[in-house]
Amino acid sequence: MLELKGYGWMLWEGVQLTVIVSVASMAGAIIVGLLAAFAKLSSSRAQSLLVDTYTTVVRGIPELVLLLLVYYGIPTLVQDAAAALGYRVTVTINPFLAGIATITFIYGAFACEVFRGAYLNVPAGQREAGAALGLSRIAVLWLVVLPQMFRYAIPGLGNVWMVLVKATALISIIQLPELMRNADVAARATRMPFTFFFAASLIYLAITLASMWAQGRAEGWASRGVVGGRL
Amino acid sequence: MLTFISEHWSAFARGAVITLQYTAISCLLGAILAIPIALMRLSEKRALFWPATVYVLFFRGTPLLAQIFLIYYGSGQFRPALEAVGLWQFFREPWFCAILTLSLNTAAYSSEIFRGALQAIPRGEIEAAMALGLSPLLRLRFILIPRALAAAWPAYTNEIVYQVQATSLVSIITVMDITGVARVIASRNFDFYQAFLTAAAFYLVIVYLIIALAKRVEARLHAHLPAADRGVGRNVRV
Repeated sequence: MLELKGYGWMLWEGVQLTVIVSVASMAGAIIVGLLAAFAKLSSSRAQSLLVDTYTTVVRGIPELVLLLLVYYGIPTLVQDAAAALGYRVTVTINPFLAGIATITFIYGAFACEVFRGAYLNVPAGQREAGAALGLSRIAVLWLVVLPQMFRYAIPGLGNVWMVLVKATALISIIQLPELMRNADVAARATRMPFTFFFAASLIYLAITLASMWAQGRAEGWASRGVVGGRL
Repeated sequence: MLTFISEHWSAFARGAVITLQYTAISCLLGAILAIPIALMRLSEKRALFWPATVYVLFFRGTPLLAQIFLIYYGSGQFRPALEAVGLWQFFREPWFCAILTLSLNTAAYSSEIFRGALQAIPRGEIEAAMALGLSPLLRLRFILIPRALAAAWPAYTNEIVYQVQATSLVSIITVMDITGVARVIASRNFDFYQAFLTAAAFYLVIVYLIIALAKRVEARLHAHLPAADRGVGRNVRV
Protein backbone atom coordinates (compact mmCIF):
# COMPACT_ATOMS: atom_id res chain seq x y z
CA MET A 1 0.00 0.00 0.00
CA LEU A 2 1.11 3.56 -0.57
CA GLU A 3 2.66 5.29 2.45
CA LEU A 4 0.92 8.67 2.61
CA LYS A 5 2.79 10.11 5.62
CA GLY A 6 -0.36 11.33 7.31
CA TYR A 7 -1.52 13.29 4.24
CA GLY A 8 -4.27 10.84 3.35
CA TRP A 9 -6.94 13.12 4.81
CA MET A 10 -5.91 15.83 2.35
CA LEU A 11 -6.57 13.53 -0.56
CA TRP A 12 -9.89 12.58 1.01
CA GLU A 13 -10.92 16.22 1.33
CA GLY A 14 -9.80 16.76 -2.24
CA VAL A 15 -11.91 13.87 -3.49
CA GLN A 16 -14.97 15.33 -1.81
CA LEU A 17 -14.50 18.66 -3.56
CA THR A 18 -13.78 16.91 -6.87
CA VAL A 19 -17.06 15.02 -6.57
CA ILE A 20 -19.01 18.16 -5.57
CA VAL A 21 -17.58 20.15 -8.48
CA SER A 22 -18.19 17.26 -10.89
CA VAL A 23 -21.80 16.73 -9.82
CA ALA A 24 -22.57 20.46 -9.92
CA SER A 25 -20.96 20.80 -13.37
CA MET A 26 -22.76 17.72 -14.67
CA ALA A 27 -26.10 19.07 -13.45
CA GLY A 28 -25.31 22.36 -15.17
CA ALA A 29 -24.19 20.59 -18.34
CA ILE A 30 -27.44 18.60 -18.48
CA ILE A 31 -29.53 21.77 -18.17
CA VAL A 32 -27.43 23.70 -20.70
CA GLY A 33 -27.35 20.66 -22.98
CA LEU A 34 -31.12 20.20 -22.93
CA LEU A 35 -31.77 23.89 -23.61
CA ALA A 36 -29.19 23.94 -26.42
CA ALA A 37 -30.54 20.72 -27.94
CA PHE A 38 -34.08 22.07 -28.06
CA ALA A 39 -32.85 25.37 -29.44
CA LYS A 40 -30.99 23.51 -32.17
CA LEU A 41 -34.01 21.32 -32.95
CA SER A 42 -36.36 24.30 -33.11
CA SER A 43 -37.29 25.76 -36.45
CA SER A 44 -35.70 29.10 -35.54
CA ARG A 45 -32.63 29.80 -37.73
CA ALA A 46 -31.23 32.29 -35.22
CA GLN A 47 -31.40 29.79 -32.36
CA SER A 48 -29.75 26.98 -34.26
CA LEU A 49 -27.02 29.36 -35.48
CA LEU A 50 -26.41 30.40 -31.88
CA VAL A 51 -26.07 26.75 -30.78
CA ASP A 52 -23.82 25.96 -33.75
CA THR A 53 -21.52 28.82 -32.79
CA TYR A 54 -21.48 27.61 -29.20
CA THR A 55 -20.55 24.00 -30.03
CA THR A 56 -18.01 25.12 -32.65
CA VAL A 57 -16.24 27.38 -30.18
CA VAL A 58 -16.21 24.80 -27.40
CA ARG A 59 -14.79 22.11 -29.67
CA GLY A 60 -12.03 24.28 -31.01
CA ILE A 61 -10.60 25.75 -27.79
CA PRO A 62 -8.69 23.82 -25.11
CA GLU A 63 -10.36 23.51 -21.72
CA LEU A 64 -7.37 25.08 -20.00
CA VAL A 65 -7.56 28.22 -22.17
CA LEU A 66 -11.30 28.55 -21.51
CA LEU A 67 -10.72 28.13 -17.79
CA LEU A 68 -8.00 30.79 -17.73
CA LEU A 69 -10.22 33.05 -19.83
CA VAL A 70 -13.11 32.72 -17.38
CA TYR A 71 -11.01 33.01 -14.22
CA TYR A 72 -8.55 35.74 -15.22
CA GLY A 73 -10.05 37.16 -18.39
CA ILE A 74 -13.64 37.94 -17.46
CA PRO A 75 -12.83 40.00 -14.32
CA THR A 76 -10.27 42.11 -16.19
CA LEU A 77 -12.66 42.50 -19.12
CA VAL A 78 -15.40 43.76 -16.79
CA GLN A 79 -12.95 46.09 -15.06
CA ASP A 80 -11.74 47.51 -18.38
CA ALA A 81 -15.29 47.97 -19.60
CA ALA A 82 -16.25 49.72 -16.35
CA ALA A 83 -13.14 51.92 -16.57
CA ALA A 84 -14.14 52.96 -20.09
CA LEU A 85 -17.46 54.10 -18.65
CA GLY A 86 -15.69 55.98 -15.89
CA TYR A 87 -16.15 53.57 -12.98
CA ARG A 88 -13.46 51.92 -10.89
CA VAL A 89 -14.43 48.46 -9.80
CA THR A 90 -12.51 45.40 -8.70
CA VAL A 91 -14.01 42.12 -9.83
CA THR A 92 -12.85 38.68 -8.78
CA ILE A 93 -14.37 35.26 -9.37
CA ASN A 94 -13.73 32.49 -6.89
CA PRO A 95 -12.09 29.36 -8.29
CA PHE A 96 -15.01 27.16 -7.28
CA LEU A 97 -17.54 29.10 -9.36
CA ALA A 98 -15.12 29.74 -12.22
CA GLY A 99 -14.37 26.01 -12.40
CA ILE A 100 -17.99 24.92 -12.34
CA ALA A 101 -18.96 27.60 -14.88
CA THR A 102 -16.20 26.59 -17.30
CA ILE A 103 -16.80 22.85 -17.05
CA THR A 104 -20.56 23.39 -17.39
CA PHE A 105 -20.03 25.55 -20.46
CA ILE A 106 -17.75 22.99 -22.12
CA TYR A 107 -19.68 19.83 -21.34
CA GLY A 108 -23.04 21.48 -22.00
CA ALA A 109 -21.99 21.45 -25.65
CA PHE A 110 -21.27 17.73 -25.58
CA ALA A 111 -24.47 16.99 -23.64
CA CYS A 112 -26.32 18.99 -26.30
CA GLU A 113 -25.17 16.54 -28.98
CA VAL A 114 -26.18 13.59 -26.79
CA PHE A 115 -29.67 14.98 -26.21
CA ARG A 116 -30.14 15.90 -29.85
CA GLY A 117 -29.34 12.34 -30.86
CA ALA A 118 -31.62 10.97 -28.14
CA TYR A 119 -34.48 13.21 -29.21
CA LEU A 120 -34.18 12.04 -32.80
CA ASN A 121 -34.30 8.44 -31.55
CA VAL A 122 -37.72 8.86 -29.94
CA PRO A 123 -40.21 7.83 -32.66
CA ALA A 124 -42.26 10.73 -34.06
CA GLY A 125 -45.40 8.64 -33.48
CA GLN A 126 -44.96 9.13 -29.73
CA ARG A 127 -45.17 12.91 -30.10
CA GLU A 128 -48.09 12.63 -32.49
CA ALA A 129 -49.91 10.32 -30.09
CA GLY A 130 -49.39 12.87 -27.32
CA ALA A 131 -50.74 15.62 -29.55
CA ALA A 132 -53.71 13.44 -30.51
CA LEU A 133 -54.51 13.09 -26.79
CA GLY A 134 -54.77 16.86 -26.65
CA LEU A 135 -51.58 17.46 -24.68
CA SER A 136 -49.94 20.85 -25.07
CA ARG A 137 -46.49 20.99 -26.68
CA ILE A 138 -44.84 21.47 -23.30
CA ALA A 139 -46.79 18.55 -21.84
CA VAL A 140 -45.79 16.30 -24.75
CA LEU A 141 -42.17 17.26 -24.18
CA TRP A 142 -42.28 16.80 -20.43
CA LEU A 143 -44.48 13.70 -20.15
CA VAL A 144 -43.81 11.81 -23.38
CA VAL A 145 -40.51 12.78 -24.99
CA LEU A 146 -38.17 13.55 -22.07
CA PRO A 147 -38.70 10.27 -20.15
CA GLN A 148 -38.00 8.29 -23.30
CA MET A 149 -35.06 10.50 -24.29
CA PHE A 150 -33.18 9.65 -21.12
CA ARG A 151 -33.04 5.98 -22.02
CA TYR A 152 -31.21 6.84 -25.24
CA ALA A 153 -29.14 9.53 -23.58
CA ILE A 154 -27.70 7.48 -20.69
CA PRO A 155 -24.77 5.89 -22.58
CA GLY A 156 -23.73 9.26 -24.02
CA LEU A 157 -24.22 11.09 -20.73
CA GLY A 158 -22.17 8.41 -18.97
CA ASN A 159 -19.30 9.10 -21.32
CA VAL A 160 -19.64 12.85 -20.82
CA TRP A 161 -19.58 12.33 -17.04
CA MET A 162 -16.40 10.25 -17.10
CA VAL A 163 -14.57 12.78 -19.28
CA LEU A 164 -15.94 15.63 -17.16
CA VAL A 165 -14.60 14.17 -13.89
CA LYS A 166 -11.10 14.03 -15.37
CA ALA A 167 -11.49 17.58 -16.70
CA THR A 168 -12.09 18.90 -13.17
CA ALA A 169 -8.41 18.16 -12.44
CA LEU A 170 -7.64 21.30 -14.46
CA ILE A 171 -9.32 23.49 -11.84
CA SER A 172 -6.28 22.75 -9.63
CA ILE A 173 -4.44 25.24 -11.85
CA ILE A 174 -6.52 28.06 -10.36
CA GLN A 175 -5.85 26.75 -6.82
CA LEU A 176 -9.16 25.13 -6.04
CA PRO A 177 -8.25 22.57 -3.34
CA GLU A 178 -9.70 19.55 -5.16
CA LEU A 179 -7.97 16.19 -5.50
CA MET A 180 -5.23 17.21 -7.92
CA ARG A 181 -4.36 20.42 -6.07
CA ASN A 182 -4.24 18.67 -2.68
CA ALA A 183 -2.08 15.90 -4.13
CA ASP A 184 0.26 18.62 -5.39
CA VAL A 185 0.41 20.30 -1.97
CA ALA A 186 1.06 16.97 -0.23
CA ALA A 187 3.67 16.04 -2.84
CA ARG A 188 5.60 19.25 -2.19
CA ALA A 189 5.32 18.97 1.59
CA THR A 190 6.52 15.37 1.73
CA ARG A 191 8.85 15.53 -1.30
CA MET A 192 7.15 12.39 -2.57
CA PRO A 193 5.58 13.57 -5.83
CA PHE A 194 5.31 10.13 -7.41
CA THR A 195 3.52 8.65 -4.41
CA PHE A 196 0.90 11.37 -4.25
CA PHE A 197 0.26 11.80 -7.95
CA PHE A 198 0.03 8.04 -8.29
CA ALA A 199 -2.43 7.87 -5.38
CA ALA A 200 -4.47 10.65 -7.00
CA SER A 201 -4.41 8.78 -10.33
CA LEU A 202 -5.68 5.62 -8.66
CA ILE A 203 -8.52 7.59 -7.07
CA TYR A 204 -9.54 9.01 -10.47
CA LEU A 205 -9.35 5.48 -11.86
CA ALA A 206 -11.60 4.23 -9.05
CA ILE A 207 -14.13 6.97 -9.83
CA THR A 208 -14.04 6.00 -13.52
CA LEU A 209 -14.56 2.30 -12.74
CA ALA A 210 -17.39 3.04 -10.29
CA SER A 211 -18.99 5.26 -12.94
CA MET A 212 -18.76 2.51 -15.55
CA TRP A 213 -20.49 0.13 -13.16
CA ALA A 214 -23.17 2.68 -12.28
CA GLN A 215 -23.73 3.41 -15.95
CA GLY A 216 -24.41 -0.26 -16.62
CA ARG A 217 -26.91 -0.33 -13.76
CA ALA A 218 -28.58 2.87 -14.99
CA GLU A 219 -28.90 1.53 -18.52
CA GLY A 220 -30.54 -1.62 -17.18
CA TRP A 221 -32.91 0.45 -15.05
CA ALA A 222 -33.85 2.77 -17.91
CA SER A 223 -34.54 -0.19 -20.21
CA ARG A 224 -36.82 -2.01 -17.78
CA GLY A 225 -40.05 -3.00 -19.40
CA VAL A 226 -38.64 -2.58 -22.91
CA VAL A 227 -38.47 -5.87 -24.77
CA GLY A 228 -34.90 -6.33 -25.98
CA GLY A 229 -34.41 -2.82 -24.72
CA ARG A 230 -30.76 -2.94 -23.63
CA LEU A 231 -29.17 -0.53 -26.11
CA MET B 1 -7.35 44.11 -28.87
CA LEU B 2 -6.04 44.60 -32.42
CA THR B 3 -2.99 46.48 -31.20
CA PHE B 4 -2.44 43.69 -28.70
CA ILE B 5 -2.46 41.05 -31.45
CA SER B 6 -0.16 43.01 -33.76
CA GLU B 7 2.21 43.69 -30.87
CA HIS B 8 2.49 40.06 -29.77
CA TRP B 9 1.88 38.36 -33.11
CA SER B 10 5.34 36.86 -33.45
CA ALA B 11 5.36 35.42 -29.91
CA PHE B 12 2.03 33.68 -30.51
CA ALA B 13 3.24 32.42 -33.90
CA ARG B 14 6.29 30.87 -32.20
CA GLY B 15 3.93 29.30 -29.67
CA ALA B 16 1.80 27.92 -32.49
CA VAL B 17 4.87 26.26 -34.02
CA ILE B 18 5.59 24.59 -30.65
CA THR B 19 1.96 23.47 -30.31
CA LEU B 20 2.05 21.95 -33.80
CA GLN B 21 5.41 20.27 -33.15
CA TYR B 22 4.23 18.68 -29.91
CA THR B 23 1.00 17.56 -31.58
CA ALA B 24 2.77 16.07 -34.59
CA ILE B 25 5.52 14.27 -32.67
CA SER B 26 3.21 12.86 -29.99
CA CYS B 27 0.60 11.76 -32.54
CA LEU B 28 3.26 10.03 -34.61
CA LEU B 29 4.83 8.23 -31.63
CA GLY B 30 1.39 7.49 -30.19
CA ALA B 31 0.12 5.98 -33.43
CA ILE B 32 3.20 3.77 -33.76
CA LEU B 33 2.73 2.57 -30.19
CA ALA B 34 -1.03 2.15 -30.66
CA ILE B 35 -0.78 -0.57 -33.30
CA PRO B 36 0.97 -3.21 -31.13
CA ILE B 37 -1.26 -2.24 -28.16
CA ALA B 38 -4.39 -2.78 -30.26
CA LEU B 39 -3.09 -6.14 -31.46
CA MET B 40 -2.28 -7.14 -27.86
CA ARG B 41 -5.79 -6.15 -26.77
CA LEU B 42 -7.17 -8.50 -29.44
CA SER B 43 -4.81 -11.32 -28.50
CA GLU B 44 -6.10 -14.45 -26.82
CA LYS B 45 -2.87 -14.82 -24.85
CA ARG B 46 -3.34 -13.47 -21.33
CA ALA B 47 0.28 -12.33 -21.07
CA LEU B 48 -0.37 -9.99 -24.00
CA PHE B 49 -3.97 -9.02 -23.30
CA TRP B 50 -3.74 -7.95 -19.66
CA PRO B 51 -0.73 -5.60 -19.76
CA ALA B 52 -2.23 -3.76 -22.74
CA THR B 53 -5.65 -3.62 -21.08
CA VAL B 54 -4.29 -2.22 -17.81
CA TYR B 55 -2.22 0.31 -19.78
CA VAL B 56 -5.25 1.53 -21.73
CA LEU B 57 -7.43 1.63 -18.62
CA PHE B 58 -4.85 3.68 -16.71
CA PHE B 59 -4.22 6.25 -19.43
CA ARG B 60 -7.90 6.63 -20.33
CA GLY B 61 -9.17 6.52 -16.77
CA THR B 62 -6.96 9.23 -15.25
CA PRO B 63 -6.61 12.93 -16.13
CA LEU B 64 -3.81 13.90 -18.52
CA LEU B 65 -2.72 16.51 -15.98
CA ALA B 66 -2.17 13.78 -13.38
CA GLN B 67 -0.11 11.81 -15.91
CA ILE B 68 2.04 14.84 -16.74
CA PHE B 69 2.67 15.54 -13.04
CA LEU B 70 3.33 11.87 -12.38
CA ILE B 71 6.06 11.74 -15.01
CA TYR B 72 7.54 15.24 -14.70
CA TYR B 73 7.46 15.74 -10.92
CA GLY B 74 7.12 12.07 -9.99
CA SER B 75 10.35 11.09 -11.70
CA GLY B 76 12.17 13.29 -9.17
CA GLN B 77 11.39 10.74 -6.48
CA PHE B 78 13.54 8.21 -8.39
CA ARG B 79 16.31 10.63 -9.23
CA PRO B 80 19.22 8.51 -7.88
CA ALA B 81 18.02 5.45 -9.79
CA LEU B 82 17.45 7.46 -12.97
CA GLU B 83 20.86 9.10 -12.64
CA ALA B 84 22.45 5.69 -12.24
CA VAL B 85 21.07 4.54 -15.60
CA GLY B 86 21.72 7.91 -17.26
CA LEU B 87 18.04 8.77 -17.85
CA TRP B 88 17.80 11.70 -15.41
CA GLN B 89 19.09 14.16 -17.99
CA PHE B 90 15.90 13.42 -19.97
CA PHE B 91 13.40 13.31 -17.14
CA ARG B 92 14.47 16.70 -15.79
CA GLU B 93 13.59 18.29 -19.15
CA PRO B 94 10.00 19.56 -19.51
CA TRP B 95 9.98 18.93 -23.27
CA PHE B 96 10.93 15.28 -22.80
CA CYS B 97 8.30 14.62 -20.13
CA ALA B 98 5.68 16.51 -22.14
CA ILE B 99 6.29 14.51 -25.33
CA LEU B 100 6.52 11.24 -23.39
CA THR B 101 3.24 11.77 -21.52
CA LEU B 102 1.35 13.08 -24.55
CA SER B 103 2.54 10.12 -26.64
CA LEU B 104 1.66 7.52 -24.00
CA ASN B 105 -1.73 9.16 -23.51
CA THR B 106 -2.71 9.38 -27.16
CA ALA B 107 -1.40 5.83 -27.72
CA ALA B 108 -4.04 4.53 -25.28
CA TYR B 109 -6.90 6.39 -26.98
CA SER B 110 -5.64 5.63 -30.51
CA SER B 111 -5.25 1.93 -29.73
CA GLU B 112 -8.96 1.75 -28.92
CA ILE B 113 -9.83 3.45 -32.20
CA PHE B 114 -7.51 1.09 -34.01
CA ARG B 115 -8.86 -1.97 -32.20
CA GLY B 116 -12.38 -1.07 -33.27
CA ALA B 117 -11.22 -0.66 -36.85
CA LEU B 118 -9.43 -4.02 -36.81
CA GLN B 119 -12.52 -5.72 -35.45
CA ALA B 120 -14.65 -4.14 -38.17
CA ILE B 121 -12.66 -5.80 -40.97
CA PRO B 122 -14.91 -8.42 -42.58
CA ARG B 123 -13.88 -11.95 -41.65
CA GLY B 124 -14.02 -12.96 -45.33
CA GLU B 125 -11.10 -10.70 -46.23
CA ILE B 126 -8.87 -12.35 -43.64
CA GLU B 127 -9.97 -15.78 -44.82
CA ALA B 128 -9.29 -14.79 -48.41
CA ALA B 129 -5.77 -13.76 -47.41
CA MET B 130 -5.31 -17.08 -45.61
CA ALA B 131 -6.56 -18.93 -48.69
CA LEU B 132 -3.92 -17.12 -50.72
CA GLY B 133 -1.34 -18.58 -48.35
CA LEU B 134 -0.24 -15.29 -46.77
CA SER B 135 1.62 -15.73 -43.48
CA PRO B 136 0.23 -13.95 -40.36
CA LEU B 137 2.86 -11.23 -40.72
CA LEU B 138 2.05 -10.64 -44.39
CA ARG B 139 -1.67 -10.59 -43.60
CA LEU B 140 -0.96 -7.91 -41.04
CA ARG B 141 1.19 -5.90 -43.41
CA PHE B 142 -1.00 -6.09 -46.53
CA ILE B 143 -4.55 -6.62 -45.32
CA LEU B 144 -5.18 -5.81 -41.68
CA ILE B 145 -3.14 -2.66 -41.11
CA PRO B 146 -3.95 -0.85 -44.39
CA ARG B 147 -7.65 -1.66 -44.05
CA ALA B 148 -7.80 -0.69 -40.39
CA LEU B 149 -5.90 2.57 -40.94
CA ALA B 150 -8.36 3.70 -43.61
CA ALA B 151 -11.34 2.70 -41.47
CA ALA B 152 -9.89 4.40 -38.39
CA TRP B 153 -9.10 7.69 -40.11
CA PRO B 154 -12.31 9.65 -39.33
CA ALA B 155 -12.12 8.75 -35.63
CA TYR B 156 -8.37 9.29 -35.64
CA THR B 157 -8.68 12.84 -36.97
CA ASN B 158 -10.89 13.44 -33.96
CA GLU B 159 -8.02 12.22 -31.82
CA ILE B 160 -5.56 14.60 -33.54
CA VAL B 161 -7.90 17.50 -32.79
CA TYR B 162 -8.04 16.44 -29.14
CA GLN B 163 -4.28 16.19 -29.11
CA VAL B 164 -3.89 19.79 -30.35
CA GLN B 165 -5.95 20.87 -27.37
CA ALA B 166 -4.29 18.47 -24.96
CA THR B 167 -0.88 20.00 -25.73
CA SER B 168 -2.09 23.17 -23.96
CA LEU B 169 -1.39 21.35 -20.67
CA VAL B 170 2.35 21.33 -21.34
CA SER B 171 2.31 25.06 -20.60
CA ILE B 172 1.84 24.05 -16.95
CA ILE B 173 5.32 22.52 -16.94
CA THR B 174 6.77 25.68 -18.52
CA VAL B 175 6.75 24.71 -22.21
CA MET B 176 6.11 27.84 -24.30
CA ASP B 177 3.32 26.65 -26.56
CA ILE B 178 0.38 28.93 -27.47
CA THR B 179 -1.06 28.72 -23.95
CA GLY B 180 2.37 29.17 -22.38
CA VAL B 181 2.98 32.33 -24.40
CA ALA B 182 -0.47 33.64 -23.47
CA ARG B 183 0.10 33.00 -19.77
CA VAL B 184 3.45 34.78 -19.74
CA ILE B 185 2.20 37.80 -21.68
CA ALA B 186 -0.99 37.95 -19.59
CA SER B 187 0.80 37.99 -16.27
CA ARG B 188 3.50 40.39 -17.44
CA ASN B 189 1.12 43.17 -18.55
CA PHE B 190 -2.16 42.15 -16.89
CA ASP B 191 -3.61 41.75 -20.40
CA PHE B 192 -5.53 38.67 -19.32
CA TYR B 193 -8.52 38.59 -21.61
CA GLN B 194 -6.59 39.87 -24.62
CA ALA B 195 -3.94 37.16 -24.24
CA PHE B 196 -6.35 34.27 -23.68
CA LEU B 197 -8.75 35.39 -26.41
CA THR B 198 -5.84 35.54 -28.83
CA ALA B 199 -4.75 32.05 -27.73
CA ALA B 200 -8.31 30.80 -28.20
CA ALA B 201 -8.41 32.26 -31.71
CA PHE B 202 -5.11 30.56 -32.60
CA TYR B 203 -6.44 27.18 -31.42
CA LEU B 204 -9.73 27.64 -33.28
CA VAL B 205 -7.92 28.36 -36.53
CA ILE B 206 -5.54 25.40 -36.11
CA VAL B 207 -8.32 22.99 -35.16
CA TYR B 208 -10.60 23.89 -38.04
CA LEU B 209 -7.73 23.88 -40.54
CA ILE B 210 -6.88 20.35 -39.39
CA ILE B 211 -10.52 19.27 -39.67
CA ALA B 212 -10.73 20.67 -43.21
CA LEU B 213 -7.48 18.96 -44.18
CA ALA B 214 -8.59 15.67 -42.63
CA LYS B 215 -11.85 15.76 -44.60
CA ARG B 216 -9.87 15.98 -47.84
CA VAL B 217 -7.70 13.03 -46.87
CA GLU B 218 -10.82 11.12 -45.88
CA ALA B 219 -12.42 11.77 -49.25
CA ARG B 220 -9.36 10.23 -50.89
CA LEU B 221 -9.17 7.24 -48.55
CA HIS B 222 -12.86 6.49 -48.93
CA ALA B 223 -13.30 7.43 -52.58
CA HIS B 224 -14.21 3.81 -53.38
CA LEU B 225 -16.92 3.56 -50.72
CA PRO B 226 -20.60 4.51 -51.03
CA ALA B 227 -21.38 7.80 -49.30
CA ALA B 228 -23.27 6.13 -46.45
CA ASP B 229 -20.14 4.36 -45.19
CA ARG B 230 -18.16 7.55 -44.70
CA GLY B 231 -17.13 9.14 -41.43
CA VAL B 232 -19.33 10.43 -38.65
CA GLY B 233 -19.25 13.73 -36.79
CA ARG B 234 -17.04 14.67 -33.88
CA ASN B 235 -18.08 13.66 -30.43
CA VAL B 236 -16.69 13.66 -26.93
CA ARG B 237 -13.54 11.58 -26.62
CA VAL B 238 -14.05 8.49 -24.49
